[in-house]
Amino acid sequence: MAKEIVALAPTEIVGAGFSLESFERGLQANPDFIGCDAGSSDAGPFDLGSGETTSHDLRSIRRDLRVMLLAARARGIPLLIGSCGYAGGDPHIERYRRIVEEIAREENLHFRLAVIHAEQDKRSLLGKLREGRIKPLNPWGFTGESFGELSAATLERCERIVGCMGSEPYIEALDRGAEVILAGRSTDTSIFAALPLREGLSPGPVWHAAKILECAAAAVEKHGQPDCLMVRIGEEHFVVEPPSPALRCTPLSVLSHMLYENPSPFHLYEPSGMLDTSAARYVAVGDRAVKVTGSRFVPAERYTVKLEGAEKVGFRAIFIGGIRDSLLLGQLEEWMEEALRTFRAKVRSAYGDAVSPEDYQVVLRTYGKDGVMGPLEPVTGLVPHEVGLIGEVVARDQELANSICYQLRYTFQHLHYGGFEGLVTAIAYPFAPLTIPVGPVYRFVLNHVVEPEDPLELFPMEIVEV
Amino acid sequence: MAKLKHLATLVRSKNAKPFLMTIDIMFRDEATYRRVKESGVLTVDLFAQLYRTRPENILFIAYDQGYSFKVTLPRPVPQGDVGDRDMHAGQQHSPLLELEIPVDAWRLT
Repeated sequence: MAKEIVALAPTEIVGAGFSLESFERGLQANPDFIGCDAGSSDAGPFDLGSGETTSHDLRSIRRDLRVMLLAARARGIPLLIGSCGYAGGDPHIERYRRIVEEIAREENLHFRLAVIHAEQDKRSLLGKLREGRIKPLNPWGFTGESFGELSAATLERCERIVGCMGSEPYIEALDRGAEVILAGRSTDTSIFAALPLREGLSPGPVWHAAKILECAAAAVEKHGQPDCLMVRIGEEHFVVEPPSPALRCTPLSVLSHMLYENPSPFHLYEPSGMLDTSAARYVAVGDRAVKVTGSRFVPAERYTVKLEGAEKVGFRAIFIGGIRDSLLLGQLEEWMEEALRTFRAKVRSAYGDAVSPEDYQVVLRTYGKDGVMGPLEPVTGLVPHEVGLIGEVVARDQELANSICYQLRYTFQHLHYGGFEGLVTAIAYPFAPLTIPVGPVYRFVLNHVVEPEDPLELFPMEIVEV
Repeated sequence: MAKLKHLATLVRSKNAKPFLMTIDIMFRDEATYRRVKESGVLTVDLFAQLYRTRPENILFIAYDQGYSFKVTLPRPVPQGDVGDRDMHAGQQHSPLLELEIPVDAWRLT
């Protein structure tokens, strides 16, 4: 009989939740492994820079991990979790490890655990940079600041750097008998491609199936709440089906998922090569499943690992308020310009030479006008009946950010506008404190790949008996 | 004329990693997709103009098999950097919804 691997993805990201009923149905199909993505860069650079896990809630993560861990151990099948703790650096993976060890104690579970690190050593990367082994990631030839060569100075400024591992470190962990794998930052697909590749299945269908699985039930026709997805991978095809009878995959819903968060509908770049779905065929199987054939994987000439890095920009303080006065709204732009001029003069007078305009940044967002699109907003010239204003200051430390944000806020609060005489209060604040300290601000700075000696070099592994 | 939002089954935008955003415009059936494609409204130049970037920075793919169009371009501000307005770039498709597609002409054919 031809080889077949059944993979179950409980949810799109650990912590998002899933239906226990769907999960139980998925288990009835006797999956060979359970895999789940636990991270992304999608929520922004804060978790990577700070080492915290804020993008998904720890209580919800614990719930999802417990259900997955109990099922995997009861059935004796591997559980693979990638990009632990959202950013997938060392503090993030440590957080997951503690949770998993606690659950194991509480439930009296015993297993071999592999912890695969993805955090990168700056000095070693500086060496790779000198050797010319770090290159811009820009297969589409875009131009602009984000697509240039990496400088040593940029690398030095990074607060934390992770590499996105391929499937090879997972395969190595499975070879070493790991029953539960907690991995740092990974490409979403590597988590799901590892075991089927290790079983010798053809890489085309394996990587394509992995791409469909990584967001779990996101590939169904009508995406509602996060839920499970199951894939059966054969020698030259795969079949995707949601365990929940309430959901269905259609050829269109499955092929559309290649579009999601991916610049091209045909090509997906992985460390070891490129998935090419341009010749893929999608055929409905029954009412709820789809069979995919014709997926190809083109091995890369050089193995490359994508880097993600965050540098600290400063500290942020904000104020949030509303404006409802129609006289003021009718002259909002001019009023805001005047407020900014007045504010800058007040900062000069309050701090003298101690603070120069380069020491802080101010951003104003007017919701109800152009808050979301900013300068790209095509709708202009309308007078809104109400505007939400967020004033933001980023400065080198929190105290200075708070102080300058106070100056900004107080200027806006009482700045006079045409049509009325006397003291006005222009901002309706919903919250006290009026000036809100937000904490450190990070930015993504790496858009590069590194060429390692081998696929395991950048991802050291610990094997422990739990 | 019909607005794009009334012809498409989904128009969405999203990050494609921190430095790019990608827009999907999807249709239920091939006929609607073909008619929008043949209307010639959706072009590299249109996207370059709407998102104020150079045409070379617009990757525009008409995906016949998926009855959809895909547009990828550098984010106006890298994700999460000071001045970013949309962490997931999830609302940046919005101006496209109001695009007028000459629909009456193809009703007659």
